[in-house]
Parts: sequence; C-alpha cells; structure tokens
Amino acid sequence: MTDNQIVSISKFNKLKKSTSTKVKLVVQNVSVYYDDKKAVDSISMNINQNEVTSLIGPSGCGKSTFIRCLNRMNDVIENCIVEGKIFLDGQDVYDSKIDIVKLRSSIGMVFQKPNPFPKSIYDNIVYAPKLHGLVNSKDEENELVEKSLKEAGLFDEVKDRLQESGTSLSGGQQQRLCIARAIAVDPSVILMDEPCSSLDPVATAVIEELIDELKKKRTIIIVTHNMQQAARVSEKTAFFHLGKLIEFSDTEAIFTKPKQKQTLGYITGRYG
Amino acid sequence: MSNVITDELLSPISSKRVNKEKLFKLYGVVAIIFAISMLAFLLTTICYKGFSTFYETRIKLDVYFNEELIDPLGNRESKALNSADYSKVISHSLFTFLNIDKSHPKSKDISKLISYNSFLTARDHVLKNPDIIGKTKKLDFIASDDVDQMLKGNININVPEEDRKITDFQIEAIEKLKSNGNVLKVFNKTFFTKSDSREPEVSGILGAIVGSFYCLLVALFISVPLGVFSAIYLQEFAKKNKFTDFIEININNLAAVPSIVFGLLGLSVFINFFHLPRSSPIVGGLVLALMSLPTIVIVTRASLLAVPDTIRDGAMALGASKMQAIFNQVLPLATPGICTGVIISLARALGETAPLLMIGMIAFIPDTPTSILDPSTALPAQIFMWADHPERAFIERTSAAILILLSFLIVMNAAAIYIRYKFERKW
Repeated sequence: MTDNQIVSISKFNKLKKSTSTKVKLVVQNVSVYYDDKKAVDSISMNINQNEVTSLIGPSGCGKSTFIRCLNRMNDVIENCIVEGKIFLDGQDVYDSKIDIVKLRSSIGMVFQKPNPFPKSIYDNIVYAPKLHGLVNSKDEENELVEKSLKEAGLFDEVKDRLQESGTSLSGGQQQRLCIARAIAVDPSVILMDEPCSSLDPVATAVIEELIDELKKKRTIIIVTHNMQQAARVSEKTAFFHLGKLIEFSDTEAIFTKPKQKQTLGYITGRYG
Repeated sequence: MSNVITDELLSPISSKRVNKEKLFKLYGVVAIIFAISMLAFLLTTICYKGFSTFYETRIKLDVYFNEELIDPLGNRESKALNSADYSKVISHSLFTFLNIDKSHPKSKDISKLISYNSFLTARDHVLKNPDIIGKTKKLDFIASDDVDQMLKGNININVPEEDRKITDFQIEAIEKLKSNGNVLKVFNKTFFTKSDSREPEVSGILGAIVGSFYCLLVALFISVPLGVFSAIYLQEFAKKNKFTDFIEININNLAAVPSIVFGLLGLSVFINFFHLPRSSPIVGGLVLALMSLPTIVIVTRASLLAVPDTIRDGAMALGASKMQAIFNQVLPLATPGICTGVIISLARALGETAPLLMIGMIAFIPDTPTSILDPSTALPAQIFMWADHPERAFIERTSAAILILLSFLIVMNAAAIYIRYKFERKW
C-alpha cells in the first residue's frame, strides 16, 4: 500500500467516524487451545456498539478462531478449549447458564463461503425465526422475509422468485441471502468471517455498502485479508499475528501511524 | 534446421511411447469385450433355457362325470364327493376320447399324460356344483411335465424308447390329441400363482417371492433405522478416540464377513436362544438385516461426510442445536445417498442364499407364507433347490426363477441409480 493510498483512506475514515462510543462486547484475556496448541493468546479488547471492527492479519494468526469464540461456535469443535471472559452487554457469554440458542440469535454470523441451505430463498430466511419461535403465522413469515431481504438489499432482485432454491443465486446474492438469513432473528452483533473472499469486486462493493447500512442498527466484526476493505468499512482495526493481538486502535491510526513494527510491516506488504 | 526437428519428432523413444499407449488401450478394449461377451453368453443361456417356462401345455378334454365313480350311492354326501377318485374320472374320459379300453396294458401311460394334480380341478368343479355329476363338461387340464417338455422340444424322441421318459404309445396319443386341437399352449399362470411342488408342472415361485418380500421387509425395518441412526451418531456426535476408531474398523471388517457366518449367528442366537420359528422370514430378515447393517452404516457415514461443514456451521450459527442442524439441514441432503446405499445393500440381501441355508429356509415348503412367522423359502433358495432336481422341467423353472430374481435386482439397482442422478447435488 502506498503512502498516498493510506492518506486518502485516513481522510475517508475521518469523515465517517462514529460518534457513539458505547461498548458492546468486552473481551478479557481470551485464549484458545486446540489440544495443547495455543491458537489465540490472551486477547483483550473492547468492541464498540454500531461500529465496524475489522480483524486483519496473516493466515493462521487466529482471527477466525477468535471470532468464533464470540458466538461460541468453537463449542462444537472437539479438543478446543476457550479460556478467559467475553461479555455481551455485560452478560458473560461463557456463563454455564447461558442459552446458546439465544446467544446466537443476538450474535449472527456470516461465513467465508456463501452457505445458503439448498432450500428455497423463503425457507432459508424463515428457518431461524421458526427455530426460535419468532413467527406464528404465515403473514408474519411473509413480512419477516420481506423485511430481512430488504435490509440485506436483496429484495428487489429476488422478490419474484422466493420459492427458487437459494443455491441458484449468484455468489454475491448468496452471500447477501446469508446476511438476510442472519438478520432475520434481529441480532445486535454480526460476525463476518471473510465475507467477500470468494466474491468478485462488484459483489464485494455491494456487500461493503450493505455493511455501512447495517452498522446503523448493529455492531459488526469482520475478518478480512483485504486491507483496503478493512480501511474502507471499519472504524476500528485489530492486527493479529501468531495468535496475539499486536495492535488495536482506530483504523485511521493503524493504517497511517501504526505503533508496532509488525503492523507496519504487514500493512506495507513486507510480510504476511 | 527443420530437418533436425522432424528427426527429433520421429525419434524411436517417442514412437515407443505411442506404441505402449496403443497397446494399453487395446488391452482395455479386449478386456471389456471379453466381459461383455461373457455377460451376454450368461444372459442368453438363462433366457433361452428359462423363457419356455412362461407358457405351459394344457389338454382340453370332455370330462364325463361318471356317477358310478364319484358317488355310487347317489346321496351326494360331501364326504363321498371329497374322497372320490377323480383321477379315474379324468383317465376314463381320456380313454374314451382316444378309443382305448381301460383294461389296455398301457392304459397307465395314458393316465400319466395329464398332471397328477388335475384331480383337484375336477373335484373343485363337482364340489361347487354337484349337479354336474352324470353330465359331460369341457375342461382344461395341465399336461404332465414330460408332455410339456416333449412339446417344447426338450425331449429327444428319436432315441430308443427305453432311453426317454415318454413312450411311443404316449407320443401316439399326444399326436392324436394335437391333431384334434385338444392341446393348448397358454401363458403359464401356475408358475406365478403356486408355490413349490414335487410335480414340476404345478410348481411356482409365489411362495418364494412372498418369502423374499417378507424377509426384505423385516430387514428394511430393522437395518435402516439401526444403521442410519448409528451412522449419524458415529459420524456427527461420537468423540473421535481409540474406542470409536476400533468400532469403525470393526464395522468395515463386518462388511466383509462371509454371509454364511451371519447365518450361523442367526441359527445360534435367533433360533436356538430366542426360539424364533425355524425357516421363518422373521429370522431370515433378521439375518439379512445384520448382514446389511455394516454396509448401511458405511454408506450413511459417507453421505453425511459429503455434506459440507458450511451447512452445519450455517445452521448452528443461526442458533440451531447440533441435533437440529443435522436433522433439519444435513440429513435431507444426505438422504439420496443413504437411499441409494440402502437399496443396493437390500438388493444384495435379496440375492443372498448362504445365510438362509443355516436357518432352514432352504427347504421344501409347498405353502405360500401368510405372515413373517410362517415357514417359507426365498427366491435364491428356491433356485438353489430346483437346480438340484433331475427333471428337465425343473431345469427350465430354475432358469425362469433366475430371470425373475435378476429382474427384481435390475429394478432395484435402476431405482438406486435414478435416485442418485435425480437428487445428486454438486457443491
């Protein structure tokens, strides 16, 4: 990344800097082990509400493992041990009394590869609300499908073929369907694990616009390999390396005047 | 310059490689032609031998229901009507037609032209309508197997009389019946509506088909739920440790265990320990279920493994429990694969003979089973038994039964292939 680019990004970020500073998620000394191997090493960070926080870093640095701790997706992985504490609105996420179903309806997730269920677009969206008992009638279902698709910016493209299979859509549309599916249960946080890595630049731009739109109501944490993307969409950026959180601050600061040598090396493309 | 390049292109090394490849392709083509011709040979032989079973010879006869023979006392008591010698009634009608005196030394040969079981047809007519006694009625009788085989050209009548099963006197009589239009060639309904019999002309495969059907039904209801649910548990829920590895290795080994071993297990456990009825489809089905279980477990696990993890993650990230994710999203996607595997393993079970040997299903059972507890045989067992009989008519029926079994197998495999192509999903 050239210096010119960095300057232009920093200007861009200044314009959209958020005014709200309420803390949504508090992460305290979170470590993750696979068997004896430490994948994530005592990470602490605060994630602000209605902001986009991006996690960057070379492959295998523990970004995805870390993000999966936030909605306890690591629970199903055998031999995976999570230490430390994570608070969502002051509530301990790893409390033994917590209902994982409720937790995941507050923290939605979108994956690297678009993974719509091979069912109709309609069924993809109503699956989770039905699971949580949020809809009681066909009218409510229809309303929710329309609302979710509209929020994901997909409604106009698919309104005439809601009964077609979700897998018949293009890659970018599939990813937006997955976002629509996640927001159907109205989560306050959305985790995105490299949501654009399998999409072309046009589809990526659409998703990025959507992220800008979504953060008005929700908090977004996005893992990305694309530093321009991190610079474009996020207020805060965290740089991970070898399981450690090297640097975490305003996106502008990370890309213009990083405090750590490693961060500088990574964002200027010297390694990683 | 160009000359050098041409020379290099024509170098002996490259032509050697080309020849090697050609030779390899030739081997392949020859092997396939050999395999196809063997298969064609097998099928044509079976069809050629078995096809004639699908029609049978019947002899049309004016039967005179002689009161003296049936009911000499004339009081129409059902006991008397039941026990009368109807074979004699038929024989006498045949003698009358052929102008032979009943005291003729070879009259017994003539009685043998018509199937021994034909007296049942005559008796049924009388029992249904006793007024027929003293009157004459035209009836069709199944010809004996020797007559049937002779007319089908399976008995060589040019060899000396003592070397064949049919005498000159009988041939003469048949020719006479034939010239009068009394010999009929009709579709062999008997073969599909009767069960096993000592008389080949009245033996059929209904009992064997029903027996096989009951066996498969029992096998299906036991092996599918057991196999599919244990596969789901092993694949999706069980922790991967030494113990589950051990189970997995054993399941793979079980799939390769000779089927007769399962038969022995069935004999010692189901019959000797649980005292389930011997020769019954319930025991046969249980044994076949045990035999198909490992295959069903393996196929189900493979189908579940083929469903990408992103589907499980997707469902669980939406708040589904692991079980909901698997039953709502993963299992429907794995179902076509599971169905295909189940059908193929049941098709294999349908053709299995060895385990049935141990539990007494290879036995002469002339009745059609009416429940899974009745003694019964199965299609491959019936084939095995008929193949053992010396009569020419049973050889023919063996081939016909093989054709029936093969057509069931082809239908089942075609269904499996159809399901696979129809619901196949690419990721």
